[in-house]
Amino acid sequence: MRRFKEKLSGRIFFVLALSSISALALITVFIVAKGAPIFVKVGVRDFVFGMSWAPGHGEFGIFPMIVGTLSVTLGAAVLGVPLGICCSIFLTEFAPSVLKSVFRPAIQLLAGIPSVVYGFWGLIFVVPFIRDRIGGPGLSILAGSVILAIMILPTVIMISEVSILALPRQYKQNALALGLTHWQTIRSVMLPAAKSGIVAAVILGVGRAVGETMAVIMVLGNAVALPKSILDPVRTLTTNIGIEMGYASGEHQQALFATGIVLFILIMILNSAAQFITRRK
Amino acid sequence: MRISPRAGERIVKVLIWAAAMLVMAVLVFIVAYILAKGLHVIDWRFLASAPSNMGRSGGISTTIIGTLMVTVTAVVIAAPLGIGTAFYLAEYTRENFVTKIIRFSAESLAGIPSIVYGLFGLIFFVVYLDMRWSVLSGGLTLALMILPTVIRTSEEAIKAVPYIYREVSFSLGATKWQTIIKAVFPSALRGIANGILLSVGRCIAETAAVILTAGSTLRMPTSLFSPTRTMAVHFYILAREGISMENAYGTAALLIILIFLINVVANTLINRFVAKSR
Amino acid sequence: MRKTSPAISFLTICLVCLVFASSCGRQNADVIVAGSTSVQPYAEILAEEYERLYPGNAVDVQGGGSAAGITAVQSGAADIGMSSRALKDGEKSLWSVEIAKDGLAIVVNPQNPVTDLTLEQIRKIYSAEITDWSEAGGTRAKIHIITREEGSGTRSAFEDLVMAGGRISAGAIVQDSNGTVRQLVSSDKNSIGFISLGLVDGTVKAVSLGGVEASAANIENGAYGLSRPFLFVCLGEPEGRARQFIDFVLSGEGQRVLTHEGLIPRAEGAVK
Repeated sequence: MRRFKEKLSGRIFFVLALSSISALALITVFIVAKGAPIFVKVGVRDFVFGMSWAPGHGEFGIFPMIVGTLSVTLGAAVLGVPLGICCSIFLTEFAPSVLKSVFRPAIQLLAGIPSVVYGFWGLIFVVPFIRDRIGGPGLSILAGSVILAIMILPTVIMISEVSILALPRQYKQNALALGLTHWQTIRSVMLPAAKSGIVAAVILGVGRAVGETMAVIMVLGNAVALPKSILDPVRTLTTNIGIEMGYASGEHQQALFATGIVLFILIMILNSAAQFITRRK
Repeated sequence: MRISPRAGERIVKVLIWAAAMLVMAVLVFIVAYILAKGLHVIDWRFLASAPSNMGRSGGISTTIIGTLMVTVTAVVIAAPLGIGTAFYLAEYTRENFVTKIIRFSAESLAGIPSIVYGLFGLIFFVVYLDMRWSVLSGGLTLALMILPTVIRTSEEAIKAVPYIYREVSFSLGATKWQTIIKAVFPSALRGIANGILLSVGRCIAETAAVILTAGSTLRMPTSLFSPTRTMAVHFYILAREGISMENAYGTAALLIILIFLINVVANTLINRFVAKSR
Repeated sequence: MRKTSPAISFLTICLVCLVFASSCGRQNADVIVAGSTSVQPYAEILAEEYERLYPGNAVDVQGGGSAAGITAVQSGAADIGMSSRALKDGEKSLWSVEIAKDGLAIVVNPQNPVTDLTLEQIRKIYSAEITDWSEAGGTRAKIHIITREEGSGTRSAFEDLVMAGGRISAGAIVQDSNGTVRQLVSSDKNSIGFISLGLVDGTVKAVSLGGVEASAANIENGAYGLSRPFLFVCLGEPEGRARQFIDFVLSGEGQRVLTHEGLIPRAEGAVK
């Protein structure tokens, strides 16, 4: 009986694992199968670098959307990464413990706010601010970058903090014993040592920015043209899917799945880079 | 111009504090604004009565139930699958090429944008399997979305259990199955629960994957096959279309409070987990 | 703890079976209506009224846009599709009925001094030939064009009636429902958009077309040319509960609700 139970439980775990893996494989296969035909029909080059997205006229070029994703993500990184790293240094080196116990939960709360709430807040505050004080319609790359910067802060802060905390105490103590000031210690000893973890944090934050849809769909303006300035409205790969998936059929639908494949590849590249960098340590 | 180390020290300190205060200020601004505008809307009537007139009046009871049903469906499906897979990977297989591939896939799939899951769910569950817009379609889509995360966090929690636990159990004559159930699982439980809670938070906040799989109707869902609107979707629609700002803020405030509570519970769990393993 | 684990495994297997079993047949008897965001508010009012008169008959209304509604009907996800434009060639095989007419209003911010535009001007604005309000009778400011998504019936109607073959500029801001366009136009002084006439309220201003005011009366007498049909679309001849609901909408009772809300009654009148 015991042997049977043993075998049965082993089998059950195996079945569960097999089911999970099949389900996840199903998604991958389905998306690739549905999206690949458009690469054949339109050609990879014309799809990825095509300048015109007009499904009603049979045009499926996603380059403006790639530019949209990259520019919004870059903007978010430029704004969010320095801020995030500074905050993680704050948490590990400068914050008195009372403040620490407030700051850390605050960051976690920031991580939990639904993206639609961020998007809405951006629509009420950031967009009018840009429209009235800076220029353009307000719905723009800049608005998207600001919102995404806030959204990736928790990721960057928390993972960077973990990397810095993981450093052996020796590093800091030895540097201070040698006469370096606090900041010199951080700058020349601790940060370089935690570099791989921090870079991984940044890459994961960027990955989150690339995948965000609902927050940005409200503030980007969703124009299909190639943006010429950060004040122009723009569309990302994700918002493109979000706007059109409800009614896309036939080739149009295939093109959206193909966009999904592009996103897949982008995320895989980012993930591999993060893993590679953390492994090198 | 060379800045003396002393002065440089002070400048940096100011900058770092400024950065931290800026981030705090932003957080407080966002949360306080939503709560200030929305908290007073939440009362028993708001929670218990259904929306009417497209959401202009009435409460959000149907969306609360909808959120609950979709989330529970997702967790009931993803938790056994995810935890079982994690146990299988950690306990029944040796570290080899195949497990590395599986782990890499889980990592990648965890990073896939939720809208892609939504697109898959729409075409596969809603249309192809003819489940139409329903709690089940939404729940299944969300289950797939959180599965990689559940596998990952569960596996980490299981691996964190010191091998000595297993050794002692085996030396006492227990089988592998008994060891897992009585020695490993209880110790890993907190970490696993933490991962599940995080995923629950994700499900509640999710909009992109749900809006076109569970639907957006305001009626109270009566079965797994009823279409429904979750709170996050309700907020999105109300806010964007300007249907009722008051109710929108109320819904958002409720969402933030819920997620905050989940965070608190998860934190308490993880703190006790850390303390226990010391 | 030791009792739950086999139970969990058993439950999981049950669930997996449930998933596969569920794909055999739908069990929800609600009538699902999906599609045009222009028709949606009216369909929701009709649904509420319908349920009030015939309790127990549930009608679920969703948005998504005209094309989404038609796609949903074709794929079986919805029973009735709502469209705010006439059916295109590839869709002619579907069953459809007009439930009312609606006007297409060109709206600007209430603070915009412009109150009248010609069809030609609107076309030039949307194709980006005219880029500044000063060229159209307003103050010097860059025009922010707002359009709907490609699958929108309202956009299709606009393209057919106004653009006349020309393309809307690729730099136009895209929003996915009447409500969001209206919100945006009401907050951006320099914007212009097009929405369903029935949804124009105090937050935006509808421009008159070559001197003709945008109103239901002017559409009925033909002076204001921008109007489009509201359609209910089905895969085939509707049956059962879907049929009942459509009959209600076409009846005197249903038509009364629609005209009360500001729509123009259908040409054929109410069905007895």
